[in-house]
Amino acid sequence: MTPVNRTQIIPIGPYHPLQEEPEFFKLHVDGEKVVKLEIEIGYNHRGIEKLAEGLTYDQVPFLVERVCGICSTSHPFACVNAIEDVGGFDIPDRAKYIRTFIGELERIHSHLLWLGLAGHFLGYNTVWMWAWKYREPVLDCFELITGNRNHYAMFKPGGVRRDIEDEDIPTAMRIVAGLERPLLMFAKIAMADPVLQARLKNVGILTYQDCVELGALGPTSRASGVPWDVRKDHPYAAYDMVEWDVVTTENGDVFDKVIVRVLEMLESVKICKQCLEKLREVKDGIDANYKEIPPGEGIGHHEAPRGEVFHYVRSDGSNRPVRYKIRAPSFMNVPTNNRAVVGYTVSDATITLAAIDPCYCCTERTIVVDADNGKQLMGWKELLRLSQEKTRKLMERYKSRMDRVWI
Amino acid sequence: MSLKIKALTKSIWVFHLAASPCNNCDIEILDLLTPRFDIERFGIQLVGSVRHADAILVTGSMNRKARQRLKRVIAQAAKPCFVIAIGNCACSMEMFGKSYNQMECLDNVSEVHAYIAGCPPKPEAMIQGVVALIQAQLAALKK
Amino acid sequence: MADEVVEGLKAKFGEAIKDVHEKSRRRTYITVDSDRLPDIAEYFYKDLDCRLQICTGIHMEHGFEILYHFAIDRADRIISLRVILDLEKPSIESIARRVPAAEWIEREMWELLGIEFRNHPDMRHLLLTDDWLEGNYPLRRDWKDWRGGEHDTSE
Ligand code: SF4
Repeated sequence: MTPVNRTQIIPIGPYHPLQEEPEFFKLHVDGEKVVKLEIEIGYNHRGIEKLAEGLTYDQVPFLVERVCGICSTSHPFACVNAIEDVGGFDIPDRAKYIRTFIGELERIHSHLLWLGLAGHFLGYNTVWMWAWKYREPVLDCFELITGNRNHYAMFKPGGVRRDIEDEDIPTAMRIVAGLERPLLMFAKIAMADPVLQARLKNVGILTYQDCVELGALGPTSRASGVPWDVRKDHPYAAYDMVEWDVVTTENGDVFDKVIVRVLEMLESVKICKQCLEKLREVKDGIDANYKEIPPGEGIGHHEAPRGEVFHYVRSDGSNRPVRYKIRAPSFMNVPTNNRAVVGYTVSDATITLAAIDPCYCCTERTIVVDADNGKQLMGWKELLRLSQEKTRKLMERYKSRMDRVWI
Repeated sequence: MSLKIKALTKSIWVFHLAASPCNNCDIEILDLLTPRFDIERFGIQLVGSVRHADAILVTGSMNRKARQRLKRVIAQAAKPCFVIAIGNCACSMEMFGKSYNQMECLDNVSEVHAYIAGCPPKPEAMIQGVVALIQAQLAALKK
Repeated sequence: MADEVVEGLKAKFGEAIKDVHEKSRRRTYITVDSDRLPDIAEYFYKDLDCRLQICTGIHMEHGFEILYHFAIDRADRIISLRVILDLEKPSIESIARRVPAAEWIEREMWELLGIEFRNHPDMRHLLLTDDWLEGNYPLRRDWKDWRGGEHDTSE
């Protein structure tokens, strides 16, 4: 008998509500095992690089803010860094602290968002609701300081647009400090919960070597022990004026990615507190008021929640950029799925694809198609059910130990 | 038809369609489901398939690739079905209108029943938009 | 550190290094010969342990420029290798086989700027629709809007 090609294809996507780029994954499966992954992106390409060439330097931060809603400070951050790099400008210390504070607050809200969705995909809807509940105060803090829950429009080349008033500092401090307890709780649960351990340990491993080869960034690479962090390696804003540590772990599996993110949030809380303290004393203005951008080129980057955001700007001395290049971290992280998913089972695929924090709800419409006749085998719902069922089975097994964790 | 519309105004099930947005509108929609706003208490629920939906929430400025998909999805919906444009992008393409990868605005592709402006609209605004839509539909029925 | 890198580069590749522009302590721009670029990129990636951040393609009056941005994380530097390609038929050897991180960005530059990458492992459309009009590159300066015109086949 001739060997039959038994592989079947599961398309995932492209529609889902959460990611910067709706992506379309095709999982090739053989029985339960994933043997190959094809990625198709472009559902979100809006030609922002070209649009930026038609705007003035003051307008560009508003445009790049709208690259991605979750990192809506990271892109303007990198953008102003790049524009300031063209002329070698320096900005007042107070502006640096405000920038750092906003950047870190955003990291907290983004990681909490991810944590919640990760919980949802594992069938832990409680985690989803709790994580998003604790995310709300962060958004309140943003609203207090910047006037909007998302899209803060705080940054401008040469400084920031709005000051943080002295009266607001105690409230902001209370909100930030109030995050510590829930974060510790999440850390404790993640470490102690046997189901999470069974479900996430040794799943979707990305090795150190893969990370280096594909240039993976952010928590994705730090979970594999690659200590790349732009904030430490290429300090900008106030990151070299406050105390904090880079979090890395060794294993590179999904579990480690959870841990890295939770610990990173605690570091962010630390940074935020220090910034607020400093803002009480440092009062040297918030804007350097640069008028002209000289001809030349500049590179700016910022460690966004998902990894390094990279912006390149080329100026010819006029008030508009000649070329504007944006590289979001997912551009480097998404190809790593190729290596992380292959070899694991279908029910692990959703959480692994989700672990790099790209495409969470790719999920609205997933169907499993038989490659031979194109018949639909399984919907997204089935896939999600598969994932959640697995968790439930594990819950039974660890029942006695579970009770001790979730009181 | 009027009975169907009347039925439609009770516990609306919504399907969320992201047509190249920046994500923020989408997060705010999900935010509606979480403890602070919790719209499930009004019977509004996010569903996974457009065939179950009473209303489609469209976000984003719809690029070429997304447009083809969007047309297909809207055609699959069981009629009558409300289309609600959420965010400036879906209402008017905002600053992306001149880009090479955009074709046309959402209202050229399908009928839109409610526009909720804002970048992103606050969750309260979304709830209010839906309430206004329901009231308008009921008022039209009375006439 | 930078001087070490530049010296080492000059010693190894000699002629191929055309110009070194030290913009500031943290940024260096090096113009290199486009034929030798794959070797130099490999040298950066393998021997110097640099991280390829991204490539930027630019359409200028004097030709197409590609900048390969390499970060040296331990020394807080970014070194950008610049190659200048012909305006008429821009074409360069792909580095995707030697530096895997470059695979997607080369596809992107091909579709948005029309730069040909010889021997790329998997050259397909990345961002645009598959029925995008041939020979139409939106990031070029002379790009003309063709939307709604006779070639616009999208339904
Ligand atoms: S309206 Fe604003 S927040 Fe909503 S998708 Fe568009 S840019 Fe993003």
